[in-house]
Amino acid sequence: MKFAIQINEGPYQHQSADSAYQFAKAALEKGHEIFRIFFYHDGVNNGTRLTTPPQDDRHITNRWVELAEKYDLDLVVCVAAAQRRGIADADEAKRNGKDADNIAPKFRISGLGQLIEAGIQSDRLVVFGD
Amino acid sequence: MSILHIVNKSPFERNSLASCLGHALDGSSVLLFEDGVYGAIKGTSFSDTLGAAMASRSVYVLGPDLAARGIDESKLVDGVKVVDYAGFVDLSAESDKVQSWL
Repeated sequence: MKFAIQINEGPYQHQSADSAYQFAKAALEKGHEIFRIFFYHDGVNNGTRLTTPPQDDRHITNRWVELAEKYDLDLVVCVAAAQRRGIADADEAKRNGKDADNIAPKFRISGLGQLIEAGIQSDRLVVFGD
Repeated sequence: MSILHIVNKSPFERNSLASCLGHALDGSSVLLFEDGVYGAIKGTSFSDTLGAAMASRSVYVLGPDLAARGIDESKLVDGVKVVDYAGFVDLSAESDKVQSWL
């Protein structure tokens, strides 16, 4: 079955990023497909490679990256939510005159159309938030 | 059409679980996870509401979130079923839709 996942909350604040990760991992391990994971609102903060938690804590961003590398996942960050919160890839940084980008590998920045498409193309859309 | 309703807030913090139970049709399923698991404990002011709702709906609770909060399965309202994340995925696949009560 094809799943899509939407995450509305940032890491280390609410449990939703953890719940979404565990759900995604369990679905993939059961042989399901994940069409896309869409990071919306504060959820875009999952996608900064500058995340540096203490060594004995889970690394939420790297955990997504590793899952995406293993299963070739499409991790999409909402562009408007990302701009507000200072999440940028090289193109966005250049376009907005910033001196750096911070998007984590395997994440990409795109628009809300990607969420709509995920809802249409997938059998189930599961939303995690506060 | 069966819907899996997922509730992540304690009924003692927000009214999302009460609202969910007021809308969930007979035959649908409700999964309590994150702080929502507090709604599955017996002997609270919410237990009777949950028990009444379970006459026509299936109620599940996410085991890892129970364990993370130190709640033993023996403390749950009778009839509440415990599932793990794989069970959460199965419930999502078996239902036609998944509705989050955020």
